[in-house]
Amino acid sequence: MGAVTTPSIRADVKNLNFFYGPKQVLKNISMPIYENRMTALIGPSGCGKTTLLRCFNRMHDLYATTNYQGQIILHPNMQNILSSEIDPMEVRMRIGMVFQKPNPFPKSIFENVAYGLRVRGVKKKSFIEERVVKSLQQAGLWSEAKDRLHSHATDMSGGQQQRLCIARALATEPEILLLDEPTSALDPISTAHIEELITELKKDITILMVTHNLHQAARTADYTAYMYLGELIEFGLTDKIFTTPSDTRTENYITGRFG
Amino acid sequence: MSNQRDPILKNIRRRKVVDFLFSLAGLLSLLFALVTLLALVVDLAVTGVPRISAEFFMNFPSRFPEKAGILSAWVGSLCVMLTTACCAIPLGVAAGLYLEEYAPKNWITQLIELNIINLAGIPSITFGLMALGIFVYKLELGQSILTAGLTLGLLVLPIIIVTTRESVRAIPNLIREASYAVGASKWQTIRYHILPYSSGGILTGVIISLSRAIGETAPLITIGALTFVAFLPTSPVQSVFPFVSLQWLKDPFTVLPIQMFNWLSRPQAEFHVNAAATGIVLLLMTLVLNGVAIYIRYRFRKKMKW
Repeated sequence: MGAVTTPSIRADVKNLNFFYGPKQVLKNISMPIYENRMTALIGPSGCGKTTLLRCFNRMHDLYATTNYQGQIILHPNMQNILSSEIDPMEVRMRIGMVFQKPNPFPKSIFENVAYGLRVRGVKKKSFIEERVVKSLQQAGLWSEAKDRLHSHATDMSGGQQQRLCIARALATEPEILLLDEPTSALDPISTAHIEELITELKKDITILMVTHNLHQAARTADYTAYMYLGELIEFGLTDKIFTTPSDTRTENYITGRFG
Repeated sequence: MSNQRDPILKNIRRRKVVDFLFSLAGLLSLLFALVTLLALVVDLAVTGVPRISAEFFMNFPSRFPEKAGILSAWVGSLCVMLTTACCAIPLGVAAGLYLEEYAPKNWITQLIELNIINLAGIPSITFGLMALGIFVYKLELGQSILTAGLTLGLLVLPIIIVTTRESVRAIPNLIREASYAVGASKWQTIRYHILPYSSGGILTGVIISLSRAIGETAPLITIGALTFVAFLPTSPVQSVFPFVSLQWLKDPFTVLPIQMFNWLSRPQAEFHVNAAATGIVLLLMTLVLNGVAIYIRYRFRKKMKW
């Protein structure tokens, strides 16, 4: 995993509490997100890992009765993206997200990737085309998609659809890429394909990924955070978390005693 | 062993008899409804179809039954439907979208929703009374095509709102989140995703509501639609500047069901033939509209996969 020197910080979660109505789902979470590294969030179902991920692009703002306390500071300009003074649209323009279930729009492959640019009001055709090609290449979908850019995205296989969603997120060059169990709905071959892709992507982009699959975290992540019942139990280098965890709860989970 | 099995078999046989009896009862009920309907349509067709000819469509009503036609009635129906669509579609779709995408989910919204559903069940003559009071007397729009269009528009508005909401709600949240996640605004999400993906359902609702409006009689009689019209509304295209005219909106009118009612209420049997023929025309129009609605729904279902 080769993180010899500590990399610079891209985002910093500080004392984050999150509530669905009266119910507290995240409890006082603090952790760094390192630049051009991949951080995995692991933990049993209902531990709040997806909730934490969705704080990073203010997805919770779409629904009533959700409430943030605390901060997520985005480096280097030290902006608190949870601040009510920052429009969630701005946050989402800077931080991209790929969902658990592939969710391409029922439009053409090209339009799916171009959508992020279109909503920003980009009109220049050559620029959009260039970006679409580049994003599809980055997402490892170019060779399969280049001859059918204008066919329906929903006609593709599940794995292709998920890579299309990654391309859609990459097209706007996000500062951080959020992945919410991106392979849980896919077959093993597509999963391997996407893991390879993630390993390639993290050279240039900061990635935060939720995963159910411990092996996936061990294979792909530089840093791992173990969450349990809304708390962050342990955060550290993936190697260390998986070989010598300092908390017994982490150890129990890693060794498969529960979860 | 067979002694032990006997009561079980008997039990099964008894329950199967009940099964059979119920399916028989269901089939008979279905046949009763279908046969009655079929008998009505066949009776109407046998009386009316021979009367349908090009002249029947091109003639004004007349006191000689064999010369009488439905020209003013079908033109009136067409104009009224056009006005109805123009006022009900934008209002209904916008209201439905607002309720589903923008309105906060609280008790006031729920109260509004409940009332809209109730509104769809209000007897149509009540709308006629309201229109007589407001459009005809207060706003002085007269007993005109405009009044009729507005009245029927209000009548079908709840149907359009409800179908809009249903087709908008059928779009999975995943799609909305995908759009917001790249930084889209609410309007962009609606404009690029919600509206296009729900337009099949919305269009179906619009057509169903128009096919209901086309058969409405009571509210139009209430606002004072004429029953004998031997002239057409002013042409929308004029030979002098500014070449288009909206005068037709202010003209008096009649519609197909009123024409039919008028002929039915006459004592001469020949006029009843005319009424049957008009009934067939109305029935065909409704069938065609519903057919189009089903086709659109089928096309969109095939296109939309999540």
